[in-house]
Order: sequence, then C-alpha cells, then structure tokens
Amino acid sequence: MTLMKAKHQRLVLLVSALVVLVAAALLAAWALRNQASYFYVPSEIVAHPPEAGRAVRLGGMVEQGSLKTAADGVTIHFVVQDGQARVPVTFRGIVPSLFVEGSGVVAEGSMQAGGMFVADNLLAKHDENYVPREMQDMTREQAEKVMRETK
Amino acid sequence: MIAELGLAALWMAAALAALQLLFGSLGLTARGQVLGQAVRPVAIVQGLLALLAFLCLVYVFAVTDLSVRLVALNSHSMKPLVFKIAGSWGNHEGSMLLWVTVMGMAGGFVALVERRLPERTMLATLAGQAFVSLGFYAFLLLASNPFERLSPAPVEGNGLNPLLQDLGLAFHPPTLYLGYVGLSIAFSFAIGALVTREVGPPFARAMRPWVLAAWIFLTVGIAAGSYWAYYELGWGGWWFWDPVENASLMPWLAATALLHSCSVLAARNALRAWTVMLGVVAFSMSMIGTFLVRSGILTSVHAFAVDPERGTFILALLAIYIGGALTLFGLRASTVSEGERFAPISRESALVFNNVMLSAILGIVLFGTLYPLVAESMGAKVSVGPPYFNPMSAIFAVPMLVVLAVGPLLRWRRDTFARVGKGLVIPAMLVVTGAIALVVIGGVSLLPFLGLALALGLAWASVLPLKGRNLRRTPLPIWGMVVAHFGIAVSLFGMSSESAFSVEKLVAVRIGDIVEVGPWGVKLDTVEPVAGPNWTALEARLLVRYGTNGKVTRMLPQSRSFWAPPQQTSESALLTRWNGQLYAVLGGEAPRANGTDADGRWQLRLWWKPFAPLIWLGGLLVALGGLLALVGHVASDLRRIVARGKIAYRRERQGR
Repeated sequence: MTLMKAKHQRLVLLVSALVVLVAAALLAAWALRNQASYFYVPSEIVAHPPEAGRAVRLGGMVEQGSLKTAADGVTIHFVVQDGQARVPVTFRGIVPSLFVEGSGVVAEGSMQAGGMFVADNLLAKHDENYVPREMQDMTREQAEKVMRETK
Repeated sequence: MIAELGLAALWMAAALAALQLLFGSLGLTARGQVLGQAVRPVAIVQGLLALLAFLCLVYVFAVTDLSVRLVALNSHSMKPLVFKIAGSWGNHEGSMLLWVTVMGMAGGFVALVERRLPERTMLATLAGQAFVSLGFYAFLLLASNPFERLSPAPVEGNGLNPLLQDLGLAFHPPTLYLGYVGLSIAFSFAIGALVTREVGPPFARAMRPWVLAAWIFLTVGIAAGSYWAYYELGWGGWWFWDPVENASLMPWLAATALLHSCSVLAARNALRAWTVMLGVVAFSMSMIGTFLVRSGILTSVHAFAVDPERGTFILALLAIYIGGALTLFGLRASTVSEGERFAPISRESALVFNNVMLSAILGIVLFGTLYPLVAESMGAKVSVGPPYFNPMSAIFAVPMLVVLAVGPLLRWRRDTFARVGKGLVIPAMLVVTGAIALVVIGGVSLLPFLGLALALGLAWASVLPLKGRNLRRTPLPIWGMVVAHFGIAVSLFGMSSESAFSVEKLVAVRIGDIVEVGPWGVKLDTVEPVAGPNWTALEARLLVRYGTNGKVTRMLPQSRSFWAPPQQTSESALLTRWNGQLYAVLGGEAPRANGTDADGRWQLRLWWKPFAPLIWLGGLLVALGGLLALVGHVASDLRRIVARGKIAYRRERQGR
C-alpha cells in the first residue's frame, strides 16, 4: 500500500471530516425536531394537544382547592389553569417546598390519552435570584401573583 | 478602602493588558523590537495585579463589608466563613473577576517559564492573550464592577443561594475556571503560531503541557460538578444535560480532541492546520459556555442575574474573538504547509477518527444547547433533554470507543490489522460474553447494554499497550494514556450500570416501617429537628441493612430550611459499598389523603445504584492519567534543558 501525496491526503481528510460533521448536523436537526420538548400553557395544550407520551412542559397556576394527595402519600393530583383552560395533573414524588395552591408551577411530563398530564418533575419558584425562566412567560398579573404568594 | 484598592488594581491590570497587546504587536516589527523585551515582565505584573484585585474581593466577602453592593446582595454575616469566601465567586461579578484573574495569572506564568518557542511566536502569543483579557477587563469594569459601593450600607445581606452553600460546590467553580481559562493559553498559542506561521512539532510540544493542565482541571471540575448535582439536588441523577453542564462539556470535548491531535503533531508533524483550528475552537467553546451561563438567557441555577446588557456585551466579545480568530485562521490556514503522510491503518488515522468523532459529539451538544435560543427567536418555547442528547451523542461515541480499543496498539505511519488482531481477541470475547450475559439478564435498554459490553472489552484493551514493555522503564506519558483510557472504561461501566440496574422506591412510611430497595432493607427509626448556623432541618434516622444478615448502618438524610434567603433543600444521605451506592432523600410529612393534616407518615425516596461511584472514580482516573502524562512531558523537557545547559557549559570551558 503506497502513501497518498500530501496534498491528496489533506483533501481526503478535509472531505471526510466535513462529511461526518455535516452528517452530525443533519442528524441533530432531524432529532431536534422530534425530541425537543415544547412549552405549553393550559389553553394551548387543550386547544392543540401534543401526541400522547411526547415530552412537553406545562406552565400555569395551581388552582385553589384542587390539590389532593392519594392514599399512598406520595402521589398528588392537582389542576393547572391559566384563566381560560384547566388541565388535571398527576405527579408522583417529593414536591418542591414552594409548590402550593395558587402559585405558579412548571410541570415536565407528557399528556396521556385521557387528557391527564403526567408530570415527572415540578419546578416552582425558588427565590428572588432564581426564577424558572418559563415563569417569565406568564402574564404580568400571574407573575405578580406568584411573587405575592411565594415571597 | 480595600474595595477601592481592588478596583485600582483591576484598572491597572487592564492598562497593563493594553500595554502588553501594544508592545507585543510592535515587538513583531523590525523597529519595535526593543519594546518586545518588556512584554514578559508586563504580562507577569498584569497577572499579579489581577490576583491582588481578586484577593481584595475575597477579603471584603470574608469580613462581610456590606457597603460593597456585591457583598450586600450575595452574602450574609451569619454564614460560615468558608461559604463567605466561596460566595465571592458564587455570583456574576465575582466569577468574572475570577475568570480574568486566572487568565492573567496563566498569561503571566507562560511569560515566566515558556522558553522553547521562538521569541516572535511568544510575543504574538502574549499579545493574543492580552487581547482576549482586555475584552474581559472591559466587561468587568464597564458592565459588572464587583467593587461598586452601596450607600447607605444595609444592615444585613441577602445571603447566598443555599444550593450553593456546599463544600463540594464551593471549590468546583475555581477548578472549572482554571480549565476553561487555561484553554485561553492554547488559543493564544494558536494565534501566535498563525501570525508567525510557525506550526510544527516544537509548537505542539510547547502547547501540550498547557492543554494537558487545563484539561486535567476541566476533567476534575466536570466530575466534581456532576457529583455535586448528584447528591445536592436530591434527584438521583448525575448528568442532566443542563446548559451549564454542556457549557463545561463542550470545551472538554474540544480539549480532548486537541490533546490527541497535539500528540500527532508533536510526534509525527501531521495534522498541522487541524491542531491550530482545535486550539481556536477549544477556547471559543469556553467563551460560548460563559456566554450561555452568564448572560442568563438559559434557565439555570448558575444564571445569577438576567441582564440583557451584559448578554449583549459578552455576545459582542464572542463575535470579536471567535470571528477574529477564525478569520485569521481562514487567511493563514492555506499557508500552513501539509504535514507528514500516513496510511489509512495507522496510529494517526485512529487519532484522526477520534478527533472527528469528538468534534461530531461537540456539534451535537452545541446544537442541542443552542436550539432553544434559535427556536425562541422564531416564537416557540422548547427545551432539549436526554431523549435528544443520549442517543445522538452515542451514535458517535460508540464507534469512537471501539477505535479507542484498537488505536493505541497501532504503529505510527502504517500498520496492519493482522499484527494487532491477536491481542484484541480477549477484549472482543469479553464484549461478546458481556453482551450474552446481559441478554440473559434481560430488560436492559440499548445504550446501557452497549456501554456495559464495551466497557468490559475496553478495560482489557486499554492496558494492552503495556504488554511486552518493561514496566519500570515505560515512559510516564504511556502510563498516563493507559490510566486515562482505563478510566474511560471504568466511568462508562458506572454510567451504564447506573442507568441499567438502578432501583428506585418512593414511599410514605410511618416511624418503624421497613422498606425494601434492591438488596437493602431500610427502616425509618426517628425524625427529629436539628439546627445549623443558618438553617434548621428535619433529620431522619434510617437504619439500613444489606441483605438479610448485613451490619446495620445509620443514614441521616435531612430536609433543610434556610432563612437567608428562605429556601428549602434536601440533603441526601449516601452509603457507599464496593458494588454501589444507597441514596436516601427525606421529603416532607405526607398529607392525609383528601385532607391537609399530616397523618404521621414521612415521604422517603430511596435508590440503590449498583456501581454508580465508578462514574466519578473513572473521571478521576482520567484526570490522573492526564497528570501522569503532564509530569512525564514536563520532566523530559526539563532534562533536555539541563542537558543543553551542560553542553553549552562544556563548550564554553573548551573555549569554543
């Protein structure tokens, strides 16, 4: 096996590196379209529900009086609303300390076939320096309400 | 007074950086050569002044001088001293000051000790370093002055985010910064080499120790950060593909590629333009990471303050540096002559493959991290998580790991598979045996399956380069390579085992109840209040037993409430055995079903994670490998310098 000329070798290396990198970019673009998790507020998720099982995030206010704990002591049910629509949510786990009725929450999880949202994780307002970014997307009254209730 | 001293030192350091840039550039011309001699001393003093400024900041934090705005916003007099000190970099301004300090010190250190490169390349390098520093000095002094006074001074400070009040966390940012900013040296070397067109083995040998050192710090910083997230967040995960984690992973990937291409350039004088390119890319990734983290455009516990002005400032700096460096590269790359040739089956080819795959993973991570920003500018709010990152990076990581098993056995320039094939029979059999065993066990998903099988073969193959060598005379860099590659296998095994075999239990139990988690029996003994310096907590005493007749051990997970700022954190409890880790988190008192009163049950979240500690142990082995290689290279450089000195001395005595 003879070695290539230096110029040819450089060209081959360049082309193969480019091919792999472009392939990586295309793969990434394709996967991002399918795997990125979109952010919804209740009225959007009710109007245009995502396919069941797809990872999405739901942000809104926890409705007063809707929080119920199941008999096992670790599963909770509550309703997230934005004034126009209501979405029932189930979560199994330890809730963040600032998660209370009437405050803002972002739930990560997926919609189920029956219109129930199953959350894997809940983000509540932490402290004045660290606001989950999704909360900035709520309307001003909602944000102010969150501030009032959790401060 | 001290704050003003710090500010003055910072201004002077910035002025010296400007001087360093000016003298360095003029020193390259024929008429300005005299000025060039001043560059090294200026660089050293600049580094010392930046250090002085940083020490001033640490001092005002240590004594909680509340008339300094930054202290009032981020500290509290009732905090333990170590967290007061750590608080000085646990905020935006302080962390940027740490950044320029490390950068100035690194530049000063290079100026002090680096004598191998031609003086012209050194001048261009130090000028490049000053150019980058200057931008960050401007950023600090104009947009985020850490020493700003507050009048009147408040009676008490706001405190530090309790999540950050943890020893492991206190020391991981400086470690990571040493790595991030250490890469600026590689960047400056690349610029220097492009300016003077001196790309060759001496350049690679001069750059390699700096890249290695930065890479070691990055590796340790990432491992420590991952372990912190694991035990402090209480979510049981060790890598969340959070933008901040990605921000540290991307420079690491680029630096790893750079390290390997450096060794090709040093040993074989090939991959010349590519190495320079990676030098530029590695530090660019550090800067992009800083932009993502510090501008607050992404959600993160590290995004201290959302300030659009700062974001724009850093973005402008990024555009200038990365754009400028890439333009310089574009202009000069074609004048860097071709390197030595090699056959498709050779050590060089394997390393090229490693480089391309690392770059592809880097691209995947970079795309996934930036995509939410792109989508947001088009009106969609998205986040990207493990369902994207895990499979996409595995597509490139798996072939890379396969080549990792073979590559170190190949000879430089040209080789055949027939020669190395025999040695690889045992690793291949290990992979197949592992795969069959996993199929028999069943229920393991694809990625952990591949990871476990590969890890077995890789662990064996990684020590093969030592075969047939006299172990005592094997050079340290070879040991370094073997240890680092073995560390990759160990870490891969830990990661795969953790995701394949973890057992999780989430329960609400009464005092005295026993829960089974994997091989463990866990009994909730008591729950009692305890108090710390700036928090109170509920502490559970768990009595745990491995198997049916193991020794009973205590675990004490806490649910802590901090009062400044008010926040609750879960302090998980970990119990490590040789074959894994038991992880316990105490939640709150479980509310009664359909009511708000408590009913005496406590929420517990328990995990049994087989071989999970290997993840970080492997990471430390990788860093140790880097350290061995660094010591080996530096020692042989020193020997060469000493030998050269002796030869010169003899010649002098002989009157030549």
